[in-house]
Amino acid sequence: MADLEAFRSETRAWLEANCPAEMREPVRDESDIYWGGRRATFKNDAQKAWLEACVAKGYTVPSWPKAYGGAGLSPAEAKVLREEMGRIGARPPLSSFGIWMLGPALLHFGTEGQKQRFLNEIARGEIRWCQGYSEPGSGSDLVSLQTFGEDKGESWVVNGQKIWTSYADHADWIFCLVRTDKADKYQGITFMLFDMASEGVTTKPILLISGNSPFCETFFDDVQVPKSYGDDCPAYVGQINRGWDVAKYLLGHEREMISGADGGDRTAGIGAAMKRHAAKLGDDLDPVLRAELAMFDVDALAYTAMGEKFLDEIKVGKAHPAQPNMMKYAGTELNKRRHEMMMAVGGSRALEWESDATEGGKPSRSWLRTKANSIEGGTSEVMLNVIAKRILDLPGA
Amino acid sequence: MPLYHNEDQAMLADTARGFIAEEGNIARQLRHWRDRNCKDGFGHGLWKQMAEMGFTGMLVDEADGGLGMGHVEAGIVLEEIGRNLTPSPFLTSSVLAATALKHGSDDLKGRYLPGLIAGDSVFAVAIDETAKHRPSRIATRAEKSGNGFKLSGSKSFVIQGASSDMIVVAARTSGGDEDADGITLFAVPKDASGMSHEVVRLVDSSMATHTRFDAVELDGDAVIGEIDGGRAVLDAMLLAGRVGAAAEGVGVARGAMDMTVDYLKQRKQFGKLIGEFQALQHRASHLYSEVEIARAVTIKAQQLLDAGAPSAELMASVAKAKVAKTARLAVQEGVQMHGGIGMTDEYDIGLYMKRDRALAEFLGDAHFHANRVATLSGY
Repeated sequence: MADLEAFRSETRAWLEANCPAEMREPVRDESDIYWGGRRATFKNDAQKAWLEACVAKGYTVPSWPKAYGGAGLSPAEAKVLREEMGRIGARPPLSSFGIWMLGPALLHFGTEGQKQRFLNEIARGEIRWCQGYSEPGSGSDLVSLQTFGEDKGESWVVNGQKIWTSYADHADWIFCLVRTDKADKYQGITFMLFDMASEGVTTKPILLISGNSPFCETFFDDVQVPKSYGDDCPAYVGQINRGWDVAKYLLGHEREMISGADGGDRTAGIGAAMKRHAAKLGDDLDPVLRAELAMFDVDALAYTAMGEKFLDEIKVGKAHPAQPNMMKYAGTELNKRRHEMMMAVGGSRALEWESDATEGGKPSRSWLRTKANSIEGGTSEVMLNVIAKRILDLPGA
Repeated sequence: MPLYHNEDQAMLADTARGFIAEEGNIARQLRHWRDRNCKDGFGHGLWKQMAEMGFTGMLVDEADGGLGMGHVEAGIVLEEIGRNLTPSPFLTSSVLAATALKHGSDDLKGRYLPGLIAGDSVFAVAIDETAKHRPSRIATRAEKSGNGFKLSGSKSFVIQGASSDMIVVAARTSGGDEDADGITLFAVPKDASGMSHEVVRLVDSSMATHTRFDAVELDGDAVIGEIDGGRAVLDAMLLAGRVGAAAEGVGVARGAMDMTVDYLKQRKQFGKLIGEFQALQHRASHLYSEVEIARAVTIKAQQLLDAGAPSAELMASVAKAKVAKTARLAVQEGVQMHGGIGMTDEYDIGLYMKRDRALAEFLGDAHFHANRVATLSGY
């Protein structure tokens, strides 16, 4: 414990010295987030300095081993770092599907060669990944996916279409589920890694009801994917035809992330902020709205405690393996409710789609965006099915 | 501190679970005493056994003969009490009154704590004066009289008031009814003359009183803490009680949920187990999520209270409100999913619904505490 306290004061001092003031402001829009990759540019010097300081320290991926670009922190130390960053409101230095999703999968299933090659690049923000899971006919029933990789010996030739590929148009590489055996639904999928610049890959952004297009349709037209990128570095993770194991493992991480279990402003109470916001608009909260906000805050603050408990339990292996599904379900339903409340407080002002007052319609666009929370990464209904089957052990579920 | 039980606490939980499921189960306690129209609504034998287990004095300091444990430990016992609907003076005596007595004189502690620890004494708390919990308003008055006081007024919803050896009474010694200051807490002995009880059986078969104080004469040493400075003691007592009631509510919710999920796995309709129907699966899964969240925030509140953190106030109200909402959902889904059998007295699920209703009201319902969350948050 004494060691941990020493670590806390060191960390506090390091953050004081290295986290620029501009990086302690809340993230307001996409341009405040640094996603990394070959084509990335920094918004300002502070963003660059903050990333570089964190990369040098291993703090873009604090709990990964040092050999792969991490800081090798223990779970307890990682929690201290999270708390100290939270204390000063530090922005994440790097946001990336490589960190959240592919990284954990490679750490668990990857070969040493894959870890050396990809994890360091991810940790330094040099490569931006997207995820190729969903297909037009395979949403919740993901395992029905049809994108096919024909075995040509040294390589596959991949044909098919993915959908809802987040930021595919900005990504350097894709981790992609490809059917390699048509005879077996579950044991016929391979988890492949390939370059988005490969010939035959095209992307097309999808315009959403929020007016934004974070998602793409991604098409594969005779894309050549080699089976190996060199010594001990296959182009697939885990085993050929056993990609479903990797995908399931990774979905757990994705659900955890979407659930907001790692804290952050999505899970805090909002009533006090909403009262201040209403006052700025020259208004006050209706008693009934205040009551609804209070009931919301009860749920939000309770969920925050659940997130903390969940992370504590994961560290010591006490959490039920299906618990991320419950976190995802409850967290996303809560986030939708949060934005409904924020629209209610904002009133007509929040409806402004294009105005300076709303910075280009932020409240309404965010509100619309959250409606996807309970769809992406597995719908709420699928989460409830999983809880029924794996936690409650209900018959036929 | 991680939000799960450490090794000692997990061991206590195992012990408490086994003991209360065996000795405190519904057939043996709640139904037994209810069906005999027991005037106390609980069994003194079990209370004595709980003393032998070390439960009764777990929140009492070691220096005063107790175990010096915390609210996480008390919560462990309460959750099992809730799960088994065990009628018991644990919450009022070992949590609320024991917390008040921490602030009492050595003389008061010496008079009351040994009986509590031995399971010989039962204590009650008299706070509310109206049908809803409004501790900000105390109209019952205690006038200085000689070396002591004369207590006048009335209290409602005094759980086990008529069965108690001593009642902790919050009264006003100065100021107006709504004032924060001017409150004094008194340990009023059972045999104080001028005290009368109208005994009522509540929906959950527990016994409560409307207690009147007609110029009840109290010695000066009946004062718990400071004269006129009792609000702090009252608040400490309420805080402990609310966190305790939340823990018991988690037990009620879990008990009702477990019973319901078991039923879904047994009951057949249309040639299928009803647990196979997705409409019911989703509702059960939603309930599970809510119960887990309610339990998490309750442990959080217990830990903050044990750590003496200022945020314990807020988190206690979050926990009490969240648990009240969740236990309500659990019992309503429980009765509904049981179908007609859920409406029968013979089947236990309805008993959970009754207990939830009474427990949720005790020390403030979900509305009271959500309002408090808003106030404490500054809106």
